[in-house]
Amino acid sequence: MSILVNKDTRLVVQGLTGKTGTFHTQQCIEYGTNVVAGVTPGKGGQLWEDTVPVLNTVSEAVKQHGANVSVIYVPPPFAADSILEAIAAEIPLVICITEGVPVRDMAEVRKALDATNGKTRLIGPNCPGIITPGECKIGIMPGYIHKPGRVGVVSRSGTLTYEAVYQLTTRGHGQSTCIGIGGDPINGTSQLDAVRMLNEDPETDAIIMIGEIGGSAEEEACAYIKEHVKKPVAGFIAGASAPKGRTMGHAGAIVSASGAGTAEAKFAAMEDAGVSIARNPSEIADALLKIYQG
Amino acid sequence: MNIHEYQAKGLLADYGVPVPSGYAATTAEEVDSAIAKIEGDLIVVKAQIHAGGRGKGTFTDGYKGGVKVVKDAAAAKDAAAAMLNNTLVTAQTGPAGRKVQTLYITEGCDIAHEYYLAIVLDRETAQAVIIASTEGGMDIEAVAEKTPEKITRVPVSPSTGIRPHHCREVAFSLGFAGDQVKQLSKILVGVYKMFWEKNAMLVEINPLITTPEGEVVALDAKVSFDGNAVFKHADILALRDLNEEDPKEIEASKYDLAYIALDGNIACMVNGAGLAMATMDIIQSFGGSPANFLDVGGGANEEKVTAAFKIILSDPNVKGILVNIFGGIMKCDVIARGVVAAAKNIDLNVPLVVRLEGTNVEAGKKILSESGIALTPADSLVHAAELIVKQVNG
Repeated sequence: MSILVNKDTRLVVQGLTGKTGTFHTQQCIEYGTNVVAGVTPGKGGQLWEDTVPVLNTVSEAVKQHGANVSVIYVPPPFAADSILEAIAAEIPLVICITEGVPVRDMAEVRKALDATNGKTRLIGPNCPGIITPGECKIGIMPGYIHKPGRVGVVSRSGTLTYEAVYQLTTRGHGQSTCIGIGGDPINGTSQLDAVRMLNEDPETDAIIMIGEIGGSAEEEACAYIKEHVKKPVAGFIAGASAPKGRTMGHAGAIVSASGAGTAEAKFAAMEDAGVSIARNPSEIADALLKIYQG
Repeated sequence: MNIHEYQAKGLLADYGVPVPSGYAATTAEEVDSAIAKIEGDLIVVKAQIHAGGRGKGTFTDGYKGGVKVVKDAAAAKDAAAAMLNNTLVTAQTGPAGRKVQTLYITEGCDIAHEYYLAIVLDRETAQAVIIASTEGGMDIEAVAEKTPEKITRVPVSPSTGIRPHHCREVAFSLGFAGDQVKQLSKILVGVYKMFWEKNAMLVEINPLITTPEGEVVALDAKVSFDGNAVFKHADILALRDLNEEDPKEIEASKYDLAYIALDGNIACMVNGAGLAMATMDIIQSFGGSPANFLDVGGGANEEKVTAAFKIILSDPNVKGILVNIFGGIMKCDVIARGVVAAAKNIDLNVPLVVRLEGTNVEAGKKILSESGIALTPADSLVHAAELIVKQVNG
C-alpha cells in the first residue's frame, strides 16, 4: 500500500551518531523501520546503541548490508557532500532532513541527480521525510498520528502535513504514503513527481497536495493533475497573507512564468485542475472527503 | 543577506567590473574628504539603505530624492547634509522609512544608453540565469509585463560555468558590437564569478550604461546572498549592516527563531514555517492582521519560548497573541511549560489564545489550565483564530 518505502526498505542513516540522528533513529526503529547501518566518517567499526553497525562510508553500507534507502541528518555545511556520496554509492532513494543547505550546493546536487538518469531519487532537503504507515517511517514526523490506508499526502511543509494527516486519521481515513518534499527553493522531488507516483500507485485512491507560496511547483503539478489524474485530489496553499519581496528581489520574481508564485495563482491553478480546495488548514481533510468517501 | 550599493560595487570592482570611483561617508568630515577626491564635472550623492526607489523617495522632513547629481562641491555638500541621518521613505521602505546613516559619493558619468543586467539563481532549473534588457534604469518587472520580448534570459549550467558563447548571446541581444562585446563579456565573467564564488542569490546592475565614449560601466548595483551560505564567507558576513535590520529580527536570530516583523497587531508563535504561514492566513481570513511570522522550530525549549514571547511583546503594536503548536517531535507539555514560564516571567497584559495538538497534548493542556495564567485555550486552529481576532478587534 505504498510508494518508495515499505517493509522491505533497508535503511542506512548518514549522521547516525549525532544527537539528531540518534534521537530520530530511535523513534524510527521503534516504529518498525529496518535500520541496517549508520555512517559517521571516522567512527567506522563501532556499534550504535549496541545494535546498529557504524561505518565510514555509504558504499560499505550498500555492499555489506544491502542498504537501499539513505536518510541524512548531517549538519548543513556537509549535507550536500553526504547526498553526493549516497548518489555515488548508487542508493536508489536518498532522504535529506537537514535544514539550511546552501542553495548553490543544491544546484550542484541537482546536476548530479540528473546525471544518474533516475537511478537515484532525492527527497528534501529541509523536509520531515517519508512514511508508509504501519510499515516504514523515515524522518522526523510523529508516527502515532498516522494510520495505514489509501490516501497519499505530499507537502512542502512538515507541520502542515501533520495537521492534514491528523485530520484524516481522526476522521477514520488512513494514508498510503506521506511525503514531505521540503521547503527549499531547489529540492530533489517536486510536487509533480510525488503526485505522479501516487497517481500511478494502485494502492493509493486519493491525494492531498499541500503547497506554499513561491516557485511554480504546484502549478506544474496542477497541469499534470488536469491532464492525467482521475483520483480525487484536495489541496491547500500556505502564505496568502505573507508579505511580498521578503525573500527575493525583482529579478527573482520574473524568472518564473508571469504571475506564478502567489497563493492566489496557485489556488487558481488548483481550481482549474479540478482540485478540491481547502481555504484554511483546518479543512484539508474535509476538502478531500467532499469528493472522496473511501 | 543584503548589502549596500557601495559594498556591492566594491565587490564588483574586485572582480574586474568597471564602476564609477566613489567613497562611502558616515560623517560630515568624511563627506568633505570624499567630495575632495572626486575628479570630473559631476558629483553624485547617494543615500545608502537596503531598499530600492531611492531616487524617487522623499525624506520625512520633505527633502526630495535620495540620489542627487550635482555640478560642484558646494551643492554636493548641501545634498549630503540634507540626507545624512535623515529618514528616507521610498516605495520599498514602508511609511516609516529608513534612517540614512551612510552616503556614497561618486563621480558622475555621461550616459549614452541604459541597460539592465542581472544574474539570479533560478529555482526551477537549478542554475544561474543571466537576465538582460535594453530597457535599463526602470522597474524590470514592469518591462517583463509590458514588453517581455525586450528581456533576454541565458541559463548558465553549473557544470560548464560561464563561457564565451553565453557572453556573446547577451551582448548581441543588447545590440552591442565591436569592442563593447569584449567589455560586456569581461563584465559578465566577473559578475558570474562573484555570483558563484560568494553564494549570491541575486546580482542586479540597473542600470548598466554605455558612455558617449563607448565605455560600459555598472552605475548601480544590488546584491543579495544566500543566508545559509554566509558561514563560508567571513568577508561577506562582515558587510552585514545591523542598522538595516529590524532589532526584533536580530534578537530572534540569536535564538535561532525564524521571525519576520509585520504591520498587524496579532502576534503568532507557531512551530513549522508552513503552519506559521497558514496561521497568519487564517488570522487574516477572520479579519485580523498578523503582527509577525514566527517559527519556533522543532527543537523549542523553555528558554526559546520565553525569548520568543519577549520578542513578540517588544512590538508595541501587539494587542493579542496566538500560540499554535502541532506537537510532533516537539512535545506539547514542553511548550506548555515554556508558555507558563514566559507568561510568569514577563508582564503579560494582552489576551493570549493557545491551541495545542499532537504529542502529549493532554499533559500540555493540564499544565496550562493549572498554571493560573489568564489565557484562552482553543481546540482547533479555526477556533483559535476566531477567538483571538474577536478579543483583539472586539
